[in-house]
Amino acid sequence: MSESYEYKYGFTTDIETEAFPKGLSEDIVRMISLKKNEPEWMLDYRLKSYRHWLTLTEPTWAHVSYPKIDFQALTYYAAPKEKKEKTSMDEIDPELVKTFERLGIPLSEQKRISGVAVDVVFDSVSIATTHHQELDEVGVIFCSISEALTKHPDLVKKHLGTVIPPSDNYYAALNGAVFSDGSFVYIPKGVRCPIDLSTYFRINAKETGQFERTLIIAEEDSFVNYLEGCTAPQRDENQLHAAVVELIAMENAEIKYSTVQNWYTGDKNGVGGIYNFVTKRGICKGKHSKISWTQVESGSAITWKYPSVILLGDYSEGAFYSVALTHDHMQADTGTKMIHIGKNTKSTIISKGISAGHSSNAYRGQVKIMASAENARNYSQCDSMLVGDKSSAHTFPYIEVKNKSATLEHEATTSRISEDQIFYLQSRGLNSEKAISMLVNGFCKEVFKQLPLEFSVEAVKLIEMKLENSVG
Amino acid sequence: MLDIRNLHAKIEGKEILKGLSLKVNAGEVHAIMGPNGSGKSTLSKVLAGHPAYEVTSGEVKYEINFTMQNLLEFAPDVRAKEGIFLAFQYPVEVPGVTNFSFLQTAFNSVLQHQGSEPMSEGEFREFLYQKMKLVQMKPEYLDRAVNVGFSGGEKKRNEILQMAVLSPRLALLDETDSGLDIDALRIVAEGVNQLRSKQNAMVLVTHYQRLLEYIKPDFVHVLANGKIIQTGDASLALELDKKGYDWLL
Repeated sequence: MSESYEYKYGFTTDIETEAFPKGLSEDIVRMISLKKNEPEWMLDYRLKSYRHWLTLTEPTWAHVSYPKIDFQALTYYAAPKEKKEKTSMDEIDPELVKTFERLGIPLSEQKRISGVAVDVVFDSVSIATTHHQELDEVGVIFCSISEALTKHPDLVKKHLGTVIPPSDNYYAALNGAVFSDGSFVYIPKGVRCPIDLSTYFRINAKETGQFERTLIIAEEDSFVNYLEGCTAPQRDENQLHAAVVELIAMENAEIKYSTVQNWYTGDKNGVGGIYNFVTKRGICKGKHSKISWTQVESGSAITWKYPSVILLGDYSEGAFYSVALTHDHMQADTGTKMIHIGKNTKSTIISKGISAGHSSNAYRGQVKIMASAENARNYSQCDSMLVGDKSSAHTFPYIEVKNKSATLEHEATTSRISEDQIFYLQSRGLNSEKAISMLVNGFCKEVFKQLPLEFSVEAVKLIEMKLENSVG
Repeated sequence: MLDIRNLHAKIEGKEILKGLSLKVNAGEVHAIMGPNGSGKSTLSKVLAGHPAYEVTSGEVKYEINFTMQNLLEFAPDVRAKEGIFLAFQYPVEVPGVTNFSFLQTAFNSVLQHQGSEPMSEGEFREFLYQKMKLVQMKPEYLDRAVNVGFSGGEKKRNEILQMAVLSPRLALLDETDSGLDIDALRIVAEGVNQLRSKQNAMVLVTHYQRLLEYIKPDFVHVLANGKIIQTGDASLALELDKKGYDWLL
């Protein structure tokens, strides 16, 4: 059986790469900062993060197991070699243009996807951002975080690390030290971002860690729909993607953040694949602000990720919609945290886990109602679907309530796609592929409907394709 | 249209059907009765193609395109598209999928197989309302998930509705009467009777003669220990009702 029909993004781009020597040290941190021409304060931030990271030990509480990562064996900076400063999209290395076309992301101005602005991050650097003009007109800033550090240093300085400080956890500290690129989004007061914004991450270089850093700020009365996608070549070694994503929503602002995560999962025997260790958190700072995380997690050898919302502003709302699919030897420990601080705050958690093959899929969620959060409400629904009899599903809900006026509802189910269910649908004229897709779609419906249409179609196809091989 | 000869089938290594033969022609209604564990449900599942059952010998021929073909070669969905319908004893729940989209997908799969254009959503909805009257289903039924939270009676009515929508040539009704109160039984039986025609055939698997008071069979067969041991007309069912099966065994 060929592997490529399962993961069509597994190819490698043959391009001249400039990379730092392997290993992590203060010198490497300084080199990254120097390479990016960063202001002094940014270097200080990195060094503080690095020194803090040295004092930490790798966390082990997640329901996943993997050999110890040798952080000295990784490369912390890799970028396609550029011959000269480019002034337009048409000057991007044709190899890269081809790569992204194969991934379905056309970069040239003529072919770009209408209605969506795209920032593409290849290994450690952002190589292109489209639709500048349209966004400039309304004052929306959408660029790589490196570019933001040179062009809008004050904005970055004001917000970076305010939601997830480097001291937050092991991987956040590491990211604070060595983050290379990611997206920066700033939506000014009163602006509804006229098009969807999207970032596409690609890890190409061997034995390289990708340390994505994304920061989205939505000022008062603004709105943005942000989408994120990612793929990587098939390699026998594990690769590390340790991202930090921070969202900030001011009064009446709304941020919708959607991810379709399709990193390489490793092969049938669990060799290779991405370690996806991610810290994502948003803060609803102002009254009536809203943040929603929607994720379709279908890739990575190991996923460790809890997109969370701090509900600080009164009447603010947080939501987490998730479909997490694991198959073969994949492991996922994913969920969310909803921290209610403001009055009349509301959170919704809908989690759908599908485990097939020998995989393990865990939901881990925390709902915390602080004493100040008068009349807080939470609704949580965590459903697991097992495919076959060698997979497992786990649910770890943590609830902490310090205010008696809170209303919490929690529902959880575990079901199994059975031979009988498939047979029932087949006996009504649906072939087995259609039958499985109907069952899975039914199961994930509440999450898929949160995604923008094209994304939702892609997500459905992705899940179907991955499950086809897992069901009898 | 159906010719079963010396059929042997097993599940999980255990032989259940041990040389069953049965012929069914268009327009006929056959009732299959028999004690628990005699292989009644196995027969209907084997005919519909349930993957857990393995046919070890014998043959099943079914008329497709005016020729008798080996039914066992076809996948369950192809059998369904060629007009075989199994009304389940225990209909399966399909969470998150509405009855409407389920029925529409099933119906269009059959149309597509026959080389016809799919019916538009509006047309299909009208068509469906007509069929729903047969089994007294209310419109809100269409937005509910397939069999989820349905009472036993609703599930069985739903099976008959699916049958009405797909209009099979050969309907296999597996214990459709079990768990029904008398009103529900009457609704189900009336639905079935309206679907009887000269072109199609039905095989009713049942424990009780009660169903046969409403649906008159042309033939009654007694299945015991994996074989048909007695065949008669409707009066045989009455006799079984009085005397049980012991006198035949």
